[in-house]
Amino acid sequence: MSVKVLLPNAFQKHTNNVREISSTATNLSELVTEIEGRFPALRQHLRNEDGQIRRFINFYVNEEDIRFLGNEKYSFKEGDEVLVIPSIAGGCV
Amino acid sequence: MTTAYELRCKGCGKTYGLQPLSICEDCFSPLEIVYDLEYARTRFTRYAIANGPLNMWRYRALLPVRDSYVPKTPAGLTPLVEAPRLGEHIGARNLYLKNDAVCMPTLSFKDRVVAVALANAQDFGFDTVGCSSTGNLANAVAAQAARLGLKTFILVPADLEPAKILNTQVYGATLVRVDGNYDHVNRLCSQIADRYNWGFVNVNLRPYYAEGSKTVGYEIAEQLGWRLPDNIVCPMAGGSLITKIRKAFDELIALGLVDEKPVRFFGAQATGCSPIAKAVKGGTDVIEPQRPNTIARSLAIGNPADGMYAARTILATGGWAEDVSDVEIVSAIQELAETEGIFTETAGGVTTAVTARLYAHGRIQRDELTVSCITGNGLKTTDCLNGAYEQSEAIRPRLADFEIYVEEHGATRQQLSTAGGNHVR
Repeated sequence: MSVKVLLPNAFQKHTNNVREISSTATNLSELVTEIEGRFPALRQHLRNEDGQIRRFINFYVNEEDIRFLGNEKYSFKEGDEVLVIPSIAGGCV
Repeated sequence: MTTAYELRCKGCGKTYGLQPLSICEDCFSPLEIVYDLEYARTRFTRYAIANGPLNMWRYRALLPVRDSYVPKTPAGLTPLVEAPRLGEHIGARNLYLKNDAVCMPTLSFKDRVVAVALANAQDFGFDTVGCSSTGNLANAVAAQAARLGLKTFILVPADLEPAKILNTQVYGATLVRVDGNYDHVNRLCSQIADRYNWGFVNVNLRPYYAEGSKTVGYEIAEQLGWRLPDNIVCPMAGGSLITKIRKAFDELIALGLVDEKPVRFFGAQATGCSPIAKAVKGGTDVIEPQRPNTIARSLAIGNPADGMYAARTILATGGWAEDVSDVEIVSAIQELAETEGIFTETAGGVTTAVTARLYAHGRIQRDELTVSCITGNGLKTTDCLNGAYEQSEAIRPRLADFEIYVEEHGATRQQLSTAGGNHVR
């Protein structure tokens, strides 16, 4: 089983300009570990001083915020497309 | 700082000079504009402002535009009006309304932020600009881009109010309707901005754009005779405006244009999309995203970009946040129109209903100087009032018919004949 993971421009400085990877992770926790393993330079930027994923980083699975799907409890399915977006923009009021 | 202003990360403080960028590459927090206040001190004075243009550009010394910039899109300087009749209804004796329902050119406060964003879009050399929008921003970008001769791509949720769609297309903008809610549209815009070299006002130009909101705060202070209110009540969607009004007040204090004073900030949301209000009520700045379900579509952002900062602003100043139902929103639109002659859109209904509740619950005291921010015009969301008013049968153009009509509607001929009694002919 594999999922497609799309990385944002903001990560590219730390990923040698790789924008898309294929992953065999089965859930979010595994995916983050895999991303960090593949791009060690990204690790210190992905997590804060307490080792938590930074609050501004959002994960989406097929257009849905992964927090609506159970977050780390969600099991990736074959063909899922995972989108990583830092600091979601938009809104102003 | 070698320039009058520059980009700085709100999280780790790293600086980025001036470029079309909104995210820190180290900690992925949002970037914002900071100013060389010592440089501004000589230019941002009451005298200079009083001699400036009668629009938001009178505050340009604390807006992110170059000294050589010649403004082409006047916006802002909207009325700050006392609201005694609304106040009587809700138990307020010192209530003011900041009326951006009449902000020019497109009747919402978004005209302010877009004016700043497009000035920078041109400065960075973009020939195409875009945005994700719940409607008001779409209108503002479309109109001002037309004036500047920029190409536009505007993405909106497909179920947007018809008036807001028409008010975008009429300016010749390319409008892309997206099958999803605002958060879906927003995400798509983030991807597009990554792929295309366009100026997205609320993505890669966001730090510049958001600064335009400060002009609401500057105007409130100037219109109050260079003093700050006790309380601000502000609608919240992405959560930016409330933080920028506070930033404006802090800058005015730092530069000595107003006396220092604690101002409490109150946030208003619709119950059907209230992630920031929920966080505030729980005493936290951690925002849990929601799936929006409210008629207040201009506030329907389930994952607010500045939610954390908005919650912090409210909690740090001793304010509060409330949320109100769709029924209350419509009632408040009517109450504001009937008492103060201001027709606001659903977001203004949210703000008005929340203002009333804050007085009712004793969170704001009746004599405190309070400013409630009305951010958009009711003509854009008339569908929420469908069926609210009966249309009577047309009468013949005869006086007798008119008098029968008046009697049927509760007035007597006696009242009618004396109704103009004080009028001197």
